[in-house]
Amino acid sequence: MADVTLDVWKDIITPENQVYRRTPVMTMKELSYCPGCGHGTAHRMLAEVIEEMGIQSETIGIAPVGCSVLAYEFLNFDMQQAAHGRAPALATAIKRLWPNRYVFTYQGDGDLAAIGTAETIHACNRGENIVIIFVNNGIYGMTGGQMAPTTLPGMKTSTSPYGREAILMGNPLRITELVAALPGTYYVSRHSVHKPGNVRKLKKAIRIAFENQKENKGVSFIEVVSNCNSGWKMTPVKSNEWMEENMFPFYPLGDIKVDGKLVREL
Amino acid sequence: MGDFKLMKGNEAVAEAAIRAGCDGYFGYPITPQSEVIEYLMAQQPEKRTGMVVLQAESETASINMLYGGAGAGKRVMTTSSSPGISLMAEGISYMAGAELPCLLMNVVRGGPGLGTIQPSQCDYFQTVKGGGHGDYRMFVIAPASVQEMSDFVKIGFDMAFKYRNPAMILSDGVIGQMMEKVELFDPIPRRTDAEVIAECPWATTGKTPDRERNIITSLDLDSLKQEEHVMHLKAKYEAMQKEVMFENIMTDDAEYIYVAYGSSARICQKAVDMARAEGIKVGLLRPITLYPFPEAELLRLASQVKGMLAVEMSLGQMVEDVRLAVRGKIKVEHYGRVGGMIHSPSQVLEALKSQIIGG
Repeated sequence: MADVTLDVWKDIITPENQVYRRTPVMTMKELSYCPGCGHGTAHRMLAEVIEEMGIQSETIGIAPVGCSVLAYEFLNFDMQQAAHGRAPALATAIKRLWPNRYVFTYQGDGDLAAIGTAETIHACNRGENIVIIFVNNGIYGMTGGQMAPTTLPGMKTSTSPYGREAILMGNPLRITELVAALPGTYYVSRHSVHKPGNVRKLKKAIRIAFENQKENKGVSFIEVVSNCNSGWKMTPVKSNEWMEENMFPFYPLGDIKVDGKLVREL
Repeated sequence: MGDFKLMKGNEAVAEAAIRAGCDGYFGYPITPQSEVIEYLMAQQPEKRTGMVVLQAESETASINMLYGGAGAGKRVMTTSSSPGISLMAEGISYMAGAELPCLLMNVVRGGPGLGTIQPSQCDYFQTVKGGGHGDYRMFVIAPASVQEMSDFVKIGFDMAFKYRNPAMILSDGVIGQMMEKVELFDPIPRRTDAEVIAECPWATTGKTPDRERNIITSLDLDSLKQEEHVMHLKAKYEAMQKEVMFENIMTDDAEYIYVAYGSSARICQKAVDMARAEGIKVGLLRPITLYPFPEAELLRLASQVKGMLAVEMSLGQMVEDVRLAVRGKIKVEHYGRVGGMIHSPSQVLEALKSQIIGG
């Protein structure tokens, strides 16, 4: 490291030159996610949107069971931690009892698409006026890399050590396409956070989702296809390559439903 | 003049919920308590008081809707019957762990499994001893009349908020389905948003700049902190002991007493009259709260009477707590029909004679 003092940088570190800063909608707590994981970036985009909309004091978030169980440690607004899979039920009640608050859930694939399938489908079908952020990395990360409902065919996990065999273990579930088919969803979109361009698109989508809630449009559902380098047993770089080659063909990025209308075939 | 109505027990609970300033009811139909949500839907409480009523997709969803609503400071309730309460067990444990107030009612039917839709008292263990995982307790109150179905809604909400803990009305198919005269209490207005925020400074109502963020969770990965939390819960349960409620019926000169709650207490009351007519000095101790349990009163009575018969529509669940309370001083036996069958006063009297007096 070069021995530099602040003095050297004083003309450069100025408000005009600032391109990056911490959002006060995130806490100072160090993220507990593995290096290379996408959760931190997804959290940050969410926090930036909430800051930019000026709704920190009106936002109530719900953390799931899974790697993001401790999301409330990092996000600086009121949050509840839900039982495994039940976040959309919590969100339903909170939003109906506090209709002037912004309510969102943040859930992983095991939480949202396996144990919480009923709560997901029914909250979406009722058209609850909430935002659902669904982070899909095709694996149970926190419990040590077991097969998830979204695990791809042939993919090795600790409970499919020889690869997921569809005939025995079932097929991966595209729950995002499933909820897009329901009348209660207004906006359904799939994103990633592995490249700056994708991060910017995700942020735009989150903004749309919260603006929809402001106008009582129903469910806005955003999937973030993410990596799990620890669970996939790859380096972060390799896991992102693997994700592009294998996850994206099965979980294609982009809008699925906009303004209550399907914009591509399911 | 009071507001008198002839109502089913389940309807009385629903009306009482609206009058108690309940903010939200979330439930799923199950016999023998579906009248609660049917009555609420027919009443359109969103027009009367602004109360939210929602039919959920399952009991699992219902209890988690309560978690969300309670976590946001609202007065929320659900009702169900035995199998439905089993499905809620996880959520109840979470709510106890996260210290969330809510009002629950179990209109008990015969089990195990799908069992029967007829009345029973076979969920005492589930309600009083836990049901869900972990060290926790609920405030449990057992009505024996339609009047009490109404009155206990108010008490239940008060206790839930006083102790920030789930409270349960443990009813049964008899009390839920039967019709009696009930005097309805005067409506209590629902709290305003500002009142909710003032009453529940811990709730997720939106982080204003003047306070730190509020977090509702039952998780602590640090075992030392989790132990502190569980000890804090223990202290609450100990403090709750002073809320004990019971009713003495002709126990002053009694040589034998029945111990019974809910509909069994009503049946035992008749058996007391029948026994007295035969010259046998029998009384009834009716626990009104099952948690806390009237241990001290039972111990006091143990030095006065020769024996006690716990009458409950189960294989004998509350009887264990009666035995613990009397510390082996006197004979305590159990009698009860099961599977949805209801004991008659004469069967209860015969049981006292054969198991306690002659036994």
